[in-house]
Amino acid sequence: MIVALPFAVAGLAMLGFILVCMVRLGIGPTAADRAVALDTINTLVVATMVLLGAAFNQVVLLDVALVYALLSYVGTLYIARYLERGLS
Amino acid sequence: MNGLIYAFLAVGAAFNALGAVALIRFPDVYTRIHGATKCTTFGSIFSILAVAVYGIVQGGGAGGTMAVRAFLALVFLLLTNPTGSHALARAAHRSGIKPFRAVVDRLEEAGHGPRTTDHGSQENG
Amino acid sequence: MRRVAEWTTTALLVFALYLVFSAFSGRWGLWAPEELLAGAVIALLVGLATGPLVWKRGGWRLLQPQRWFLFLVYLLGPFLYAMAKANLDVAWRVLTGRINPGIVRFNPDLKTDVGRTLLANSITLTPGTLTMDVDDVTGDFFVHWIHVTDPSPTADAVCGPFPKWARRVAE
Repeated sequence: MIVALPFAVAGLAMLGFILVCMVRLGIGPTAADRAVALDTINTLVVATMVLLGAAFNQVVLLDVALVYALLSYVGTLYIARYLERGLS
Repeated sequence: MNGLIYAFLAVGAAFNALGAVALIRFPDVYTRIHGATKCTTFGSIFSILAVAVYGIVQGGGAGGTMAVRAFLALVFLLLTNPTGSHALARAAHRSGIKPFRAVVDRLEEAGHGPRTTDHGSQENG
Repeated sequence: MRRVAEWTTTALLVFALYLVFSAFSGRWGLWAPEELLAGAVIALLVGLATGPLVWKRGGWRLLQPQRWFLFLVYLLGPFLYAMAKANLDVAWRVLTGRINPGIVRFNPDLKTDVGRTLLANSITLTPGTLTMDVDDVTGDFFVHWIHVTDPSPTADAVCGPFPKWARRVAE
């Protein structure tokens, strides 16, 4: 149940921005472009989770956002490593 | 206090929107990393600050937990975002993408171009 | 002896971080006993596993409290100001599309890993610059500059007062 409407509205706006980033994820001419788009989407997802955690008054969502922030960072590093020197 | 929360939310949403637009509008990978990293980090910091202020205003156990966790998420974002974008930029350069209309490219001149690095292990083929 | 010092300091730092994470879990805004127990076990394991890695190459200096104070001053003063300026700058460039990019090289003369990391992250989040590579041996920074005014700039021309602050905080 939504207890704080402004946060829910901001979270919905973030979802819109994620859709805009997905355009770049789809059309990006090189693999690096897509990786950058994915990294941006990860940051926006963390922000969205924190906002929705406040909107629904569920602290669990903030914990998920913390773990997601750290894991998406590791994922970005591995994608960068793969772009650099392939599967070695 | 409500005014402060609304202001933080508005600033955060505005800069996140700017990051998304920068990702679409800029001409090459490096400039896109510029726009996306700076704007989304700044925007997310303000969004998360709004949640932290909301938690402090609410008070009590639940509000305090919310504020502390939001603050930790902020610290992690501030630490990890620039590092990740740096790794992506270096990977893009080493995989051979030229900067769009570059005036100078000292990284290429220094011999840190594609696949001639002495950082880490060399790959075969 | 040195090993033990490394393990215990890392474990204590991890335990402090866990205390921050699990604040307000018990009664009266304090910690619940089971959280304290879990925190102690996790801190011990992480300290044993990563202790020697954390304090390589001059990390001990970071334990001095005046460096933490300087870091906070830096974060809330020049860094926040530069970051706000950077975002307005990027906003202007997104709307007008006026760019003149290039990759420049300069040497800020920093010795430790922590100092270099601090400067590289600061550069990435501030006006029109993005760290691309750091030469481990000579300490040269390669920076993608969105509006190049000088192909061979000095460190001050690219990032203003940041090298001075990085040296003050980390070296």
